[in-house]
Amino acid sequence: MAEAGRATLRVCALYPDLMNIYADRGNLLMLERRCEWRSIGFEVSAAGLGEGVEPDAHDLFYLGGGQDRDQRLCALDLVETKRDALHAAAGRGALVLGVCGGYQLLGHRYALGDEEIPGLGLVDLETIRSDGARLIGNVAIEVDLDGDGRRRVLAGFENHAGHTHLGPAERPLGRVLKGHGNTGSSGLEGVRRGSVIGTYLHGPLLPKNAWFADWLIAAALGLDALDALDDRFEDAAHAEARRAAGV
Amino acid sequence: MLGAKIAVARAAGALSRSSGRGATSLPGKLLMRMEPRAIERLARRLPQGSAVISATNGKTTTAAMVAAILERSGTRLVHNRAGANMAGGVASVLLAAARGDGIDGDAGLFEVDEFWLDRVVAQLRPRALLLANLFRDQLDRYGELETIADRWAATVAAAPDATLVLNADDPLVADLGRQRPPRQVVYFGLEDDGLALSQMAHASDSKHCRRCGAPYVYDAIHMGHLGRYHCPNGDSRRPRPDVQATGVELDGTRGARFALHVGAQHAVVALPLPGLYNVYNALGAAALASALGAPLGQIVEGLQATQAAFGRAETVSLGGRELAILLVKNPAGANEVLRTLALDDGDHDVLAVLNDNTADGRDISWVWDVDFELVARRVRRVTCSGTRAAELALRLKYAGVAPERLHVEPALERGLDAALADGAGRLVALPTYTAMLALRELLVARGAARGSFR
Repeated sequence: MAEAGRATLRVCALYPDLMNIYADRGNLLMLERRCEWRSIGFEVSAAGLGEGVEPDAHDLFYLGGGQDRDQRLCALDLVETKRDALHAAAGRGALVLGVCGGYQLLGHRYALGDEEIPGLGLVDLETIRSDGARLIGNVAIEVDLDGDGRRRVLAGFENHAGHTHLGPAERPLGRVLKGHGNTGSSGLEGVRRGSVIGTYLHGPLLPKNAWFADWLIAAALGLDALDALDDRFEDAAHAEARRAAGV
Repeated sequence: MLGAKIAVARAAGALSRSSGRGATSLPGKLLMRMEPRAIERLARRLPQGSAVISATNGKTTTAAMVAAILERSGTRLVHNRAGANMAGGVASVLLAAARGDGIDGDAGLFEVDEFWLDRVVAQLRPRALLLANLFRDQLDRYGELETIADRWAATVAAAPDATLVLNADDPLVADLGRQRPPRQVVYFGLEDDGLALSQMAHASDSKHCRRCGAPYVYDAIHMGHLGRYHCPNGDSRRPRPDVQATGVELDGTRGARFALHVGAQHAVVALPLPGLYNVYNALGAAALASALGAPLGQIVEGLQATQAAFGRAETVSLGGRELAILLVKNPAGANEVLRTLALDDGDHDVLAVLNDNTADGRDISWVWDVDFELVARRVRRVTCSGTRAAELALRLKYAGVAPERLHVEPALERGLDAALADGAGRLVALPTYTAMLALRELLVARGAARGSFR
């Protein structure tokens, strides 16, 4: 706790102009303000097409969702210019959060009929575009992030045509309470391997789950706990998102 | 045969109205079920044919402007002015105007939902098609912007006889005119960089050339991704507009003045509607009216006489206060409303209403793309209401509104009363679509506004 005043959360936003289709910037804003209110420093740097990333310079890498064409552009760029750095970053414990399209790109590949988009291969999963109806709606999942049996709820909204299948050794982020999740039928949502997290809860999921924003800040900085904030509005928004999902 | 089906649909509509439901599209939906080509068969009866308007933002207001212009010369319009803009809504106004084998009207004027455009245009076969803008909107319902653009391209290709009226400043829209002979396309645009933004808003769309994928280079950004742009590879550039606005002066939430140029002529327009977005609506309306043969003088008179479409910059008096209703339904539209609000002096009292019903979009992610920061330090009190009031309040808190100025009251009527009770002078309501309808219903019940469905 004593270090919190001197700590700085260093975020790398990957393709913030292209992979932001569902207002992903709400997540960065959430992290920024909640650091600021606790006198934790906050830095965000953008890494766009063709720009390399420094694996040791950031505590959290954020990759959001984009339109199909933009996702394709970014996937190729990720593999060409950023894969090794992101593997190195994740390897030393930096957080990597992939949301929606960004989640799909954490795996091996995204197959769309005849076409295949390459992924980072940070986790053992693949995504296959379904010809059926898109999986759209409010969603709530139950997670146990610290592995101590304390279950908490993440609520949000999902909208995806891809069905994501986890490899045999891979663990989901959580269990679907309401909504579709990875495939619409597996009951599993997202992926979690150490500091790498992926989820279909898209766009501004941190505003709906302020507790998760704090978990990310603490985990990224290696802090056990953060100062409490006046979270009346945050708690109400979380409750509202859960009600919208029906839990 | 059609006559009998019309009678059945009308009877059902009368029954539905008497039960107190304001559904304007129900008789049309019913008629379409009995006669899938009803729109085509009825629209054919209009001696001067039809004009169609579609866009993400501004459809209802633009259509109201075109109606004000055309009606000045005595043209009797069949027009879905209440904004029911899917096939059922269009069929409903047509069947209401049907008389025996004829129709009570000279010309059709229809705003059409961007997702329904292909089906409705295929039946209406309009003389002119105004396509004004494409912004990201309700991704859960409409899908990606590129998907809508592709559908529109197919719609345009399937209507080779229609004159296209296109926004030159929206690259996605302007590109639709590429395959057409020049005499069949009228472009409109803003020729005034005085109001250009220093940077693009976060929620801007279609920033990449539709031909080669390279990011457009912008020499001026007017709103969202609208502006003066060109592709760095020379694959596309903004067409020179035939109908232009210059010398734009915005007068806060009250109105705007600009010089309207149509071909070699020009005249000053004092528009009674606020904001640069309404200047764009006026430009589109002027270009469409001009394509239909209206002279400049009539266009100017019509624009100056346009009344706010309901819920769009409409102002009523309630509980001793002035209540201004400004519909917000997506980031681009909301940003323009906030930009306009920021032009007015003083601190604002705001009633912000966020619903997540189907017609609003179930996904409220978009509020995090709205630049509420524009007015965050310019509000005295914000009452947040609607089904997702709490997240809206949270968005405002993170935009920099002091928490003590924020009040959450999800039930709309209680929110309205709480907002009215605290403060004096003007109250600005920012409702999403279904919230706007519900708010107007409350105002009508209190005698503060006229109903719009009769």
